[in-house]
Amino acid sequence: MTVQGSQANAESDVPHAGAPIDVRDLEFRFGRDGFTLQRDELAIASGERVAFVGPSGCGKTTLLHVLAGILVPERGTVRVGETVVSSADDRARRRFRIREIGLVFQNFELLDYLRVLDNVLLPYRLHPALRLDASVRERARELAGSVGLGDKLGRRIDALSQGERQRVAICRALVTRPSVVLADEPTGNLDPATTARIVDVLFERVAASGATLVVVTHDHGLLDRFDRVVDLAS
Amino acid sequence: MRHWLVLAWRYMIFHRSKSILLIAAITLTLFLPITVYRVVRDYERSLMARAVATPLLVGAKGSRFDLALHALYFRGRVPDTLTMADSDAITASGLAVPTPLHVRFSAEGFPIVGTTLEYFEKRRLEVRAGSRPLRLGDCVVGSRVASSLGLGPGDRLRSDPENVFDLAGQYPLDMRVTGVLATTDSPDDTAVFVDCKTAWILEGLGHGHQDLESADDSVVLGRTEEGVVANAALAQYTIVTDENVDSFHFHGEPGDFPITAIVAWPHDAKSETLLRGRYLEGEAVTQALVPVAVVEELFGLVFRIKKFFDAQAGFVALSTIFFLILVILLSLRLRLDERRTMHKIGCSRVTVFWLHAFELGIVFAISIALAVSAALAATSQAPRLLAWLMTRDPS
Repeated sequence: MTVQGSQANAESDVPHAGAPIDVRDLEFRFGRDGFTLQRDELAIASGERVAFVGPSGCGKTTLLHVLAGILVPERGTVRVGETVVSSADDRARRRFRIREIGLVFQNFELLDYLRVLDNVLLPYRLHPALRLDASVRERARELAGSVGLGDKLGRRIDALSQGERQRVAICRALVTRPSVVLADEPTGNLDPATTARIVDVLFERVAASGATLVVVTHDHGLLDRFDRVVDLAS
Repeated sequence: MRHWLVLAWRYMIFHRSKSILLIAAITLTLFLPITVYRVVRDYERSLMARAVATPLLVGAKGSRFDLALHALYFRGRVPDTLTMADSDAITASGLAVPTPLHVRFSAEGFPIVGTTLEYFEKRRLEVRAGSRPLRLGDCVVGSRVASSLGLGPGDRLRSDPENVFDLAGQYPLDMRVTGVLATTDSPDDTAVFVDCKTAWILEGLGHGHQDLESADDSVVLGRTEEGVVANAALAQYTIVTDENVDSFHFHGEPGDFPITAIVAWPHDAKSETLLRGRYLEGEAVTQALVPVAVVEELFGLVFRIKKFFDAQAGFVALSTIFFLILVILLSLRLRLDERRTMHKIGCSRVTVFWLHAFELGIVFAISIALAVSAALAATSQAPRLLAWLMTRDPS
């Protein structure tokens, strides 16, 4: 087993190239008689942009959480880059998540008591292995500026529109320069115009960083923008 | 750790109303028992210090507590009076120095204490401004009387009428303030000191009036070789001046004039024992008591009752703590999504625990600081409050 992420702090500031994802003989079960997710094989190349589609309840979000190390499978191997996520312990998976994974959620999941910039920098405040210095702050500002939030860094979250909130969430996911960005229905709560803007931002920023992108979506209008679409119902 | 502190602080600032409410609840929960404990402790010390500084009290037979409260704290009345002869008897015994006290009247609600100059010396009362009473009708006021009424040397202070509807009764006396005593944080601060003779004028045993020889016939009922008999229209002086001071005179024997208590200062332990023995006879109408013993007995009664209040306060504090725990648990439950987000990002449960601990820590630190500061501020005023409590008549 190889678990990356236990090196010195400074490493976190090195931009990560996109990491390949390799899933084999996966089985995850919610409880003894609950929903079971099975996947014999799934391979995503480094820097590839993949969409997970399928009906509700087919396990899209569950698979995303397994890839992120939030959920641990009963069986099988999940490898992201050099990290075998499926067999890593809790501490190693947390380190892996905060260093290698950028997560974007449907409901943004921002902290309402923090301003925009503090929300973007949240991973640095939560994890002692990440060092928050001037260069990180500058990067967060640049990132926010690149998605049109440069003049709203001091705003409260409840003063932002839905689209702006999701852009903050994207900045938070990207600020650590992750090798993989996992987005769970990032446009599920947005109107079509805002959806287009958010998808543009997400693809632009991920392309700029070279990260691997996996997006769970129900919006079939977006699928032609991905390199590959994985239908989990099949 | 700095980041956790920042996050905790931002949370508190964002939810400032809730934070302030929580801080206020904890502050009050802490402030009340701290303050009560300190005030009661200071109260006990203050009462005991006064008692310790007073070796022996002599008064009419009756309640020991009444006599102690009356003579030590100028509070309440004694069932009966003594006479100056009782004080003179102590002097004649050669066992102690007596300082007679006459505490019956008041001025602006503050007790007027008739005594002798020995009282100032024995109590080590220093005059901060002006001088001690120089003549009949003069008074020297305690520091809190002076600050409360805005009095200084040269000002005037009128005694309170005993009964405003008794037109034939004693008139209030307009006294001259000759001095202000230094603060002692004792009942002396809230007293008005006069000479015993001035107290007896207030009592109606002495008075001054216009010269009957030159008085108008309308106030004269009759003239004989023995004297002149005047009616009630004769003008009586309610103020002592250099011009009329000689007209003031007393009717009766000085030894029969009343005093309400005597503070006796024995020369030594043997003298004290001998003096106390004189008041132990069965027929004696006076009693001598050691104030420390009486005050300790009083404390025994008071603090036995206080235990019930302590228990009640303890239960109230306990229920408040339960409420606080409930509030905190509910608050944590409301923030479940926030913790899940943090966990998904990669935050450990230990970090989340510390984040919440810092928030509570800040709340408790502010609450404790506020409670202690408020308690210190409140108890710094305790001597003034206690002096006021001990000298003001609740009625």
